[in-house]
Amino acid sequence: MSRGPRSSTELDWRPSASLETLRRRAELLARLRGFFAARGVLEVETPLLQAATVTDLHLHSLSVPLDVPLASRRMYLQTSPEYAMKRLLAAGSGAIYQICKAFRDGEAGSSHNPEFTMLEWYRPGFDHHALMDEIDELLVEVLGASAAERSTYGEVFERHLGIDPHRVSLDHLERAAAERGIELAGAGPADRDGWLQLLMSCVIEPRLGRGRPSFVFDFPASQAALARLRLGDPPVAERFEVYVEGVELANGFHELADASEQRRRFEADLAQRRACGLDDVPIDERLLAALEAGLPDCAGVAFGVDRLLMLVTGAEDLRDVVSFPIDRA
Amino acid sequence: MATYTTSQFKSGLKVILDRDPCSIIENQFVKPGKGQAFSRVKLRNLLNGRVMEKTFKSGETIEAADVHQTSMQYLYSDGESWHFMVPDTFEQHAVGGEVMGDAVKWLKEQDMCDVTLWNGQAISVEVPKFVTLEVTETDPGLKGDTSSGGSKPATLETGAVIRVPLFIQEGEVLRIDTRSGEYVSRAKE
Repeated sequence: MSRGPRSSTELDWRPSASLETLRRRAELLARLRGFFAARGVLEVETPLLQAATVTDLHLHSLSVPLDVPLASRRMYLQTSPEYAMKRLLAAGSGAIYQICKAFRDGEAGSSHNPEFTMLEWYRPGFDHHALMDEIDELLVEVLGASAAERSTYGEVFERHLGIDPHRVSLDHLERAAAERGIELAGAGPADRDGWLQLLMSCVIEPRLGRGRPSFVFDFPASQAALARLRLGDPPVAERFEVYVEGVELANGFHELADASEQRRRFEADLAQRRACGLDDVPIDERLLAALEAGLPDCAGVAFGVDRLLMLVTGAEDLRDVVSFPIDRA
Repeated sequence: MATYTTSQFKSGLKVILDRDPCSIIENQFVKPGKGQAFSRVKLRNLLNGRVMEKTFKSGETIEAADVHQTSMQYLYSDGESWHFMVPDTFEQHAVGGEVMGDAVKWLKEQDMCDVTLWNGQAISVEVPKFVTLEVTETDPGLKGDTSSGGSKPATLETGAVIRVPLFIQEGEVLRIDTRSGEYVSRAKE
């Protein structure tokens, strides 16, 4: 006799989202596509499997062994379609968007699943403020939200913690966390950015976007990721995040277009990865070649579609809006 | 030494924190848009029951606690310790009064309990949610007062004193909710 399943009730074969929610997902996707069609933004597809991947210290790519001619023996599931889409922009695509799957190892919880649906779009000729205007319109259209409120990163830290995040000392950040009941087991974050991110996630984020969406922009230069820097006092990264009802929904940049600056950031990431004992990852030379050829001045943003659907349906857990979360996949 | 990393955290996991065994009640993964991820964890200290909240950087490790629950039969008390036995193996455990806590109010010999062991030592005893115990002492109810509402104290065979309805007499067997310590009903014969 073959070894059958334990029992049909024990095996979670059913979707964790209701069929009604899955219908709402289809409606949401149609509505998003309608939004971009009306604005003449082109839908594109790029490969989920990539020869190179993100160097960011805090993003963990999944890799896949491969056995086909011409390709690498090991490829990466994209953590976002950013690099491939920038290559399309450099090739002259004009405004583009994509709805696709992205994969991030180590991320699971009530608002994370290691495989999730991402909406990413790029607008040549826009800076981060012009893109925030468009996001505002999108949120009004799909969530029925009120017009968004905008604050700088410095302002939200000032408002919620009485801290100037650009100048505060490490000791002060540590004290601020302790005062808000955040007890760390083991060593705390190693640097100021780690503490700022802890306070942002645990104290500020839950209070953002209440009643109406909140855009936070002009991040510390040390948290630029792929955004361009604006010199000044303090220097800031032209990066923003979107929060609705305490949920982080999107991250966007006025995109860095300078190939040599991009290469420096990749290499700095790799040096940090080595210092932390993380796997080396290949730098995306094709992206750098595309930047070298010329990326149009543009802004881009990545949106969590599953979280958007959580807000649309009022779901508290990501499991309630995806058909099969990772433990049922 | 067995350890868990933050990606293995889930409710029910038994870990050592500040040298005490704890059980994870809730684990919340948080991560800003870009940057360091954290696990915000609610834990219950299994020795004193206190609940606390700790934040771990993603990827940190914590020592595993050798904690498990075993069903045991209560044998007897010698006044200082309460003695239990695992029916299958006849293995016996002596449990002190401070660990027994309120459980002593509801236990009679032969009852089965869930005993939690940490490195082989009993650290908590969970009595059944409902027990049946005999009334050994109570005032006779007042004649004619059979209406609802009234209650009086009654001493049970374990020595525990609870409030019971006025119509309950000595020698009756009652069903008690051990979580609230309240009378539920007369036990069915």
